[in-house]
Amino acid sequence: MTAQAVEPTEHAVVIGLEVHVQLETSTKIFCGCSTTADDDEEPNSRTCPVCLGLPGALPVLNEGAVEAAVKIGKALEADIPERTTFHRKNYYYPDLPKNFQLTQYDAPICQQGSLEISVEGTRRAIGITRAHLEEDPGSLQHKGGSIDTADATLINYNRAGTPLVEIVTEPDFRSPQETRAFLAKLEGVLEYLGVFDSTRDGSLRVDANISLVDSEAVDDDGSIDDDALADANRTEVKNISSHKGAEKALAYEVTRQKNAVRRGRGVETETRHWDESRGITVSMRSKESEADYRYFREADLPPLEVSHWKEEIPIPELPDARRERFESEYGLGSEAASKLTSTKSVADFFESVAESFDADLAATWVADNLLGELNYRDMEITDVEGRLEEFTRLIELVDAEELTVKNAEEIVLREMLDEGEAPETIVDREGLGKADEGEIEGFVTEAIEENPDAVEDFHNGEDGALNFLVGQVMQKSQGSADPGSVNELLRAELAE
Amino acid sequence: MSDSPVDPEDVRHVAGLARVDLADTEVDEFTEQFADILDYFEALDEVPEVDSEPELVNVMRDDEVHEGLSQEEALQNAPETEDGYFKGPSVS
Repeated sequence: MTAQAVEPTEHAVVIGLEVHVQLETSTKIFCGCSTTADDDEEPNSRTCPVCLGLPGALPVLNEGAVEAAVKIGKALEADIPERTTFHRKNYYYPDLPKNFQLTQYDAPICQQGSLEISVEGTRRAIGITRAHLEEDPGSLQHKGGSIDTADATLINYNRAGTPLVEIVTEPDFRSPQETRAFLAKLEGVLEYLGVFDSTRDGSLRVDANISLVDSEAVDDDGSIDDDALADANRTEVKNISSHKGAEKALAYEVTRQKNAVRRGRGVETETRHWDESRGITVSMRSKESEADYRYFREADLPPLEVSHWKEEIPIPELPDARRERFESEYGLGSEAASKLTSTKSVADFFESVAESFDADLAATWVADNLLGELNYRDMEITDVEGRLEEFTRLIELVDAEELTVKNAEEIVLREMLDEGEAPETIVDREGLGKADEGEIEGFVTEAIEENPDAVEDFHNGEDGALNFLVGQVMQKSQGSADPGSVNELLRAELAE
Repeated sequence: MSDSPVDPEDVRHVAGLARVDLADTEVDEFTEQFADILDYFEALDEVPEVDSEPELVNVMRDDEVHEGLSQEEALQNAPETEDGYFKGPSVS
């Protein structure tokens, strides 16, 4: 090992996440109010005495939320303890009408799990400390200005009581990029489990703890000296609402902390708010410490003993297992298999296509063409969920050789996405149906008559001449001819 | 009571957490009352132990929607409302 002077400014980044996910149940966690928000619903139209915190109302736990938490625990390879309990977390803020939040404290439903991520080809397991059930607060609007300058607060309790699982990771992330990979993977797993809907607004909310430690305190395997971590000042960044947002917010925070250290100011332990529109984090005053929440057991909710549910509740095949199966069953490369299994909708669509067509054709069309064009338009598969049958019909047209691959890729697919039309409509309008034999023979004859020089070159053994003639015929057919058969027809015609 | 388990700072802190603004005279008054309340709880130490009933476990309901309150019913006890919202003072 070469001796190397370590600059005092050389730092390693340490990040841990707290991820709140809304569970996809029909009803709230402690009452029978619906969790389905209509786009234009009235405020305070989905409430009852329980979620409004009216005196005497008693919470009763939703079995569906507990099942979802057990599924998450299984997917994260976590322990479901013999006994798990609920606590009151006391704080006075109008988003909670009871002045406390029902949550779990020292006996959460999931403990000690892990989730594997892949960043730039390297696989790493991220430790999950715990995952617990709790209720979502209501939503506030600060009337007449920003949070600081508002003169009144308007409160809507429709969201209050929506079941949440809060997943807390170990401080295992070494870069903002890793947190993004983790959140994308976690979203994928939760969607596979059918307990989460990423298209629902605010369904994923993230808080991140971030600190800088001397890079010497980090071992080669990424583990960190406990004392160094305990000594480091850290900031908690709140209000992150997506995996892209997490990477941006944390990249900003890394730069801010490094600058603070370089300028000799050091990093203050504090809570900061991610302002997505401005792309910065801002200091938030937070006076409460852990003890101030005065956690105590919720006597109205008896304990849960559901560890045996782990054996009883089945969970579907998860992304990693599915990726491996795609590689072996369909003979796909690992890159294509990863792309096709990252979200459940894509994987399901691929499998439905692969049922009727060759696996390679299905993989090319789903992974390369469809996902590529969607990505180019900043769209997701969920944006075209209702139209997947149309994409299958497009592949069918190509497979039946009624449409050339080139026209399908470059014209029909693109117009399907841009204009929202069915493939047949575009083929008819653009006249892209594959030309019939007779028509092509006509084009071949024309091309030979119009280009005597090329014909002569061909007879003199110049290979390029044939390609030129093929091009002429393709042009006349507006791309609807198949280059291979044009080539054969030309050879036959010229040989006469 | 010189060995009071509660001092005025505790009262101010608890009042602050509950967003209650106390005058100095009130702080003194509550300091005494808090101490008294804690004294009452000590009486529990003298209650003999009894066998508790076995605790319930796994009390849950099915994930089925039940009719709740209308917006009008939900808001009827609110001192102030606006456009279907509960309205309160600004908070930060």
